[in-house]
Amino acid sequence: MNRKSLEEQFFRRLTQLTTVLLFVVLTWIIATILYRGIPAMSWDMITKVPQGGFYFGKEGGVLNAIIGSFYLAGGATLCAIFVSLPVALFMNIHLVKYQSFLTRIRLLLDILWGVPAIVYGAFGFTLMLYFGLRASLLAGIITVAIMICPIMIRAMDEVLRTIPRGLMEASYSLGSTRTETAFKIYARKALPGLTTAVLLALGKGIGDAAAVLFTAGFTDYIPENLLQPTATLPLSIFFQLSSPIEAVRERAYAAAIILTVIILLFSLTGRGISTLYKKYSANGND
Amino acid sequence: MISALKIKQTGSRFWVDRISTTWMLAGLFFILVVPFAIFLGLLIKALPLLYDQSLWAILSGTEWSPMRGNFGFLPFIVGSVLVTVLAVCFSAPTSLMAAIYITQFAPKRFLKLVHPVIDILAGIPSVIYGVWGVLTIIPLVAGLASWFGISSTGYSILAGGIVLAVMSTPYVLNMLIEVFRSMPIGLKEASLSLGSTYWECIKHVLLRKGLSGILAAFALGVSNALGNTIAVLMVVGNRVQFPSNVFEAGYPIPALIANNYGEMMSIPLYDSALMFAALLLFVMVTFFNFASRYFIQKYEV
Repeated sequence: MNRKSLEEQFFRRLTQLTTVLLFVVLTWIIATILYRGIPAMSWDMITKVPQGGFYFGKEGGVLNAIIGSFYLAGGATLCAIFVSLPVALFMNIHLVKYQSFLTRIRLLLDILWGVPAIVYGAFGFTLMLYFGLRASLLAGIITVAIMICPIMIRAMDEVLRTIPRGLMEASYSLGSTRTETAFKIYARKALPGLTTAVLLALGKGIGDAAAVLFTAGFTDYIPENLLQPTATLPLSIFFQLSSPIEAVRERAYAAAIILTVIILLFSLTGRGISTLYKKYSANGND
Repeated sequence: MISALKIKQTGSRFWVDRISTTWMLAGLFFILVVPFAIFLGLLIKALPLLYDQSLWAILSGTEWSPMRGNFGFLPFIVGSVLVTVLAVCFSAPTSLMAAIYITQFAPKRFLKLVHPVIDILAGIPSVIYGVWGVLTIIPLVAGLASWFGISSTGYSILAGGIVLAVMSTPYVLNMLIEVFRSMPIGLKEASLSLGSTYWECIKHVLLRKGLSGILAAFALGVSNALGNTIAVLMVVGNRVQFPSNVFEAGYPIPALIANNYGEMMSIPLYDSALMFAALLLFVMVTFFNFASRYFIQKYEV
């Protein structure tokens, strides 16, 4: 064998090994969480709020955090839709003629996407102080909504971009206004993709801990109105894991399983919808 | 150019159009204002500290004792940089190799198979990676340290770097796969037809052609790692010091902010210092993002 083919073989094997290693490590993560969490998993974990002495290893579950996370992420996602959908449509219908301006908006959105959650958290905190709010569900929702808006807009924008221009022209030529084109043609045509974008943002909202650290507070109860503080799953995991008591840490692993399952469900649903979308769309390339 | 036809200037359709266009514009305006609002909001909060001490003194100060009014940020900046550099050292070669294998050597259906998996992994919250780090990486690092004859609890810069590397790998890998996939097939064909081996083609043609895209993907990985909070906070040890080796604890900026929010209101200038930390992080990450996105857009053209 000459040097050339030796080198070829070497790198082929090396890259292959790296890939295998990568997937082994990533499977290892899931396996570790499952292995440590399943023994501590119980029906109480998902049906009960923390009882007295929960943080010393006594009775209770993390229902407060599960419900809190859903309230928070759900509320934030709803708020974000009201901003994101119009903006994404506006970019692809009203601004479609101004490509260089659009490129700049997209650059800005990408940069906002990359801003760390903790910075949004600190910013949400300053907003909260400015408006005289206390750490509450409302403050958390506002912070997370601001954080997921860029993600949602960019994801929706990527979907709307693929809609053929001819649809717009046809719609205009039939005499519809731009609003009608936007909501009745574009939004409907892209509906599955838009749903995937919303699920993506929802998953980010549920999984994030840093942004709500300052703004949502923490409580053992399920919040009853917007001005009460709320618990979230990632923070609940974090707090339980820093406990010196073994039984409490065990439950953090179980809570980690719950969070992972929720996230997996969201991303699988998103995938399923976009696969369906590909199957039923008229032309294969959109 | 196409444009909406002139419709009757009265009637409900006209008003619906007007109102919704205004709403859309307001939304766009809102989102364009956000980055400036973040910058200004944090700056205003950080001003009391900046009035009290000079910017240079804050950035280069080494002593952190809020009770005495000393806010030196250097240990935190060093901590952030060290953890990030370690993370990139681990994740950059791995994800590049994996991307080369997945897009160049492996059969096509392999990519179809792993793409969703990578996507899902990129969506797993950082607290989960943190839990994994505490469970597996901490003992591993402690063992490794004792093998080197250093005593360490395992909560260290190295542990932070490893967890961050694992976390950012799916994210970087995803972008690298895009870079390789968007490369024109003709380049590869031309190179192969001139008698190069696959590896020579990758080394001399694809890597060179994709260089800016690859660097941009790495840079996004860096900014991702710089800003990560919870996972790092859980494994890095959080001690204010200059680590003399990778087995010692460090204290990156996001961990500083997250760890001290509870007590910051009771000590003068403390809240201002933490908001300054957030501002610093924002500026660093935005700069990195801007540079890399700029590269990507240039590269895509």
